[in-house]
Amino acid sequence: MSGLRRLFHGARLIDPDSGRDMIGDVIVVDDRIAAIGANISAEGLGPDVETVDLAGLCLAPGLVDMRVQLREPGGEHIESIESGSRAAAAGGVTTIVALPNTEPPVDDVSVVEFLARRAREVRLAKVHTYAAATKGMHGKELTEIGLLAANGAQGFTDGVKAIADALVMRRVLAYARTFDQLVLQHPEEPSLGGAGEVTEGEVATRLGLGGITAAAEVIMIERDLRLVAITGARYHAAHVSTGAAIDAIRRAKLAGLPVTCDTAPPYFALNETAIGDYRTFAKLSPPLRSERDRQAVVAGLADGTIDAIASDHAPWDQDSKRLPFSSASCGIVGLETLLPLSLELSHNRHMSLIDMLRRLTVAPARILGLSVGRLAAGAPADFVVFDPEAKYRIQTERFRSKSKNAPFDGRPVQGRVELTVVDGRTIFERAAA
Amino acid sequence: MDSYAYRHRHLLGIEGLTPEDINHVLDLADTYVEMNRQAEKKKSLLRGRTLINCFFENSTRTRTSFEVAGKRLGADVINMAVAVSSMRKGETLIDTAMTLNAMHPDVLVVRHPESGAVQLLSEKVDCAVINAGDGSHEHPTQALLDALAIRRRKGKLGGLTVAICGDVLHSRVARSNIWLLNAMGTRVRVVAPRTLLPAEVEHLGVEVFHDMAAGLADVDIVMMLRLQSERMHGSFVPSTREYFHFFGLDEDKLKAAKPDALIMHPGPMNRGVEIGSTVADDIDRSLIRQQVEMGVAVRMACLELMAGNLGNGPPVK
Repeated sequence: MSGLRRLFHGARLIDPDSGRDMIGDVIVVDDRIAAIGANISAEGLGPDVETVDLAGLCLAPGLVDMRVQLREPGGEHIESIESGSRAAAAGGVTTIVALPNTEPPVDDVSVVEFLARRAREVRLAKVHTYAAATKGMHGKELTEIGLLAANGAQGFTDGVKAIADALVMRRVLAYARTFDQLVLQHPEEPSLGGAGEVTEGEVATRLGLGGITAAAEVIMIERDLRLVAITGARYHAAHVSTGAAIDAIRRAKLAGLPVTCDTAPPYFALNETAIGDYRTFAKLSPPLRSERDRQAVVAGLADGTIDAIASDHAPWDQDSKRLPFSSASCGIVGLETLLPLSLELSHNRHMSLIDMLRRLTVAPARILGLSVGRLAAGAPADFVVFDPEAKYRIQTERFRSKSKNAPFDGRPVQGRVELTVVDGRTIFERAAA
Repeated sequence: MDSYAYRHRHLLGIEGLTPEDINHVLDLADTYVEMNRQAEKKKSLLRGRTLINCFFENSTRTRTSFEVAGKRLGADVINMAVAVSSMRKGETLIDTAMTLNAMHPDVLVVRHPESGAVQLLSEKVDCAVINAGDGSHEHPTQALLDALAIRRRKGKLGGLTVAICGDVLHSRVARSNIWLLNAMGTRVRVVAPRTLLPAEVEHLGVEVFHDMAAGLADVDIVMMLRLQSERMHGSFVPSTREYFHFFGLDEDKLKAAKPDALIMHPGPMNRGVEIGSTVADDIDRSLIRQQVEMGVAVRMACLELMAGNLGNGPPVK
């Protein structure tokens, strides 16, 4: 087949999987990377090769975002697979894994199949989905983990709800292990989480808001780690946000438990003071933490305890956020700020660029068992081209996402996505945007 | 065989029986299989003796099987239906035992939903007690009848490989079979999702599998277990559909076993849950109906075993 042949020339190629960081070229034939390296000859590809000059730009594997809420089915006015995929494309994200907390929830094979069909129709970023670990995400009865996995579910989680009952969690882990499936937890002890809406402490006290103790996170994680030790199941703690939880996971990894975790940009880019005067855009679950915990998240990323960075993209319409703080929904949109906010980690020299990119690409891909997230001959041609130095201010009203709920409007950042390619197809180009 | 003597008053479990005990019961049972196929099926071995079927849990086939066995040996058989709800507590169970004991039965056949309850009762009575199933602990006559069915068809027990599949966690049938088959030199595997396996089951002398294709590879016998309906809908497995898809026995999964592998099930079957009808009703490979026939013979053999140690009636207290 004489399909698309493109030579991406002169970029700084950064591939965390192989450790490659060099100026070079990438040749894409159809949907695959045909060759990669310095001064690759385009001879033999024929006359119709399109050359794209990328001098001064970085070319890295497309970002793999392992925690995204797309709201389809059931909440398409807030976000849809199409709008979410466009936001992903603009953010350099080529693979999304969606949470199952839709309406109806992804707790049945038919919903997994529906999402796969919609993703094929939209055909932008690669969209995968988790399935619910319990029916209706009610935390009581197991879902058809075996059949859901066989039909493409990438892992099992009750989304933004913790699996609270220890016996149910034990059975979820044991049953998932039967099929070698990943279980992802929203790690917050729910009875403590129900006590408030911000992290317990001075900020909560001044604002008169109910406080959630930071310990709610480590209590749930410590419990789960004991159950992981019993069952041997693969376990992933989502959006860790406290030093105590990160310490617990660090110890578990040293003990050889099959445990991974991610965090999201708000937990290393902001602390609880971002709430300011009851800004509901800064209301998250888990809540923004103290400065000390924020620093622990940065340290956990730097030393590798935190495996991945996910956007934790949580779109909400105005009606869900223009409310008194306690009544407002939790979460912020993150697909389009994932890369520039993560780049702050390398700009601020907390970690190298390639190490930071690992947590956005091959690390989450490995956790999920996906073959994406790397630049290599034969690999899918999924990559992002970005200018790591470009300076600008985040403008939330320009987001492709249907929802604009982010506390980052006006924040000066450095690093801008120029081009996003999925399976050899350009799905975003800034010049054209 | 003349020198053989059963060393126990009761039959509470397979654990603790010797291969000699087991072979003796199976040999005796073989003779009863033949007798039961004749027009004249009665012996007077237990004439004058009283057998009480005392079932604290619903049962039709096991109770009937013991009733037939007792009557064919000449005993007077009384079926006592016990209201389960009023009998849950240990003290009440002991009261019941004392009441029954005062009626001078010779053999009590007891089934109870709680593990260990039959042993507790046996400690309070003067007669012989046969465990007809206690909780998730043991069901010795089921394992003996399964062994008889296998031995009659395969000619031996030692050297075979048996896969016990399904709800091992809650199964007294599985536990009794594991003890018996291990004692007889049979290789035992268990195959189940991790939610239906008890902890450290491998320490009981079984190989553990979580995949039917691997677990059934080259086995001689596939022994399916019943999955109770209250365990099918989320607490242990998500649905009957998923359970059957991954762990239900059908023709496709059976292909992994030896070509002459036999299928067993203690009954009653949940068709389409743990076993498909095509394999359950395969007259060449399914031993399920023979198991029922063997049940009566094995229970007659067990009663004969007990009879050897019955006195001339317990002392009146």
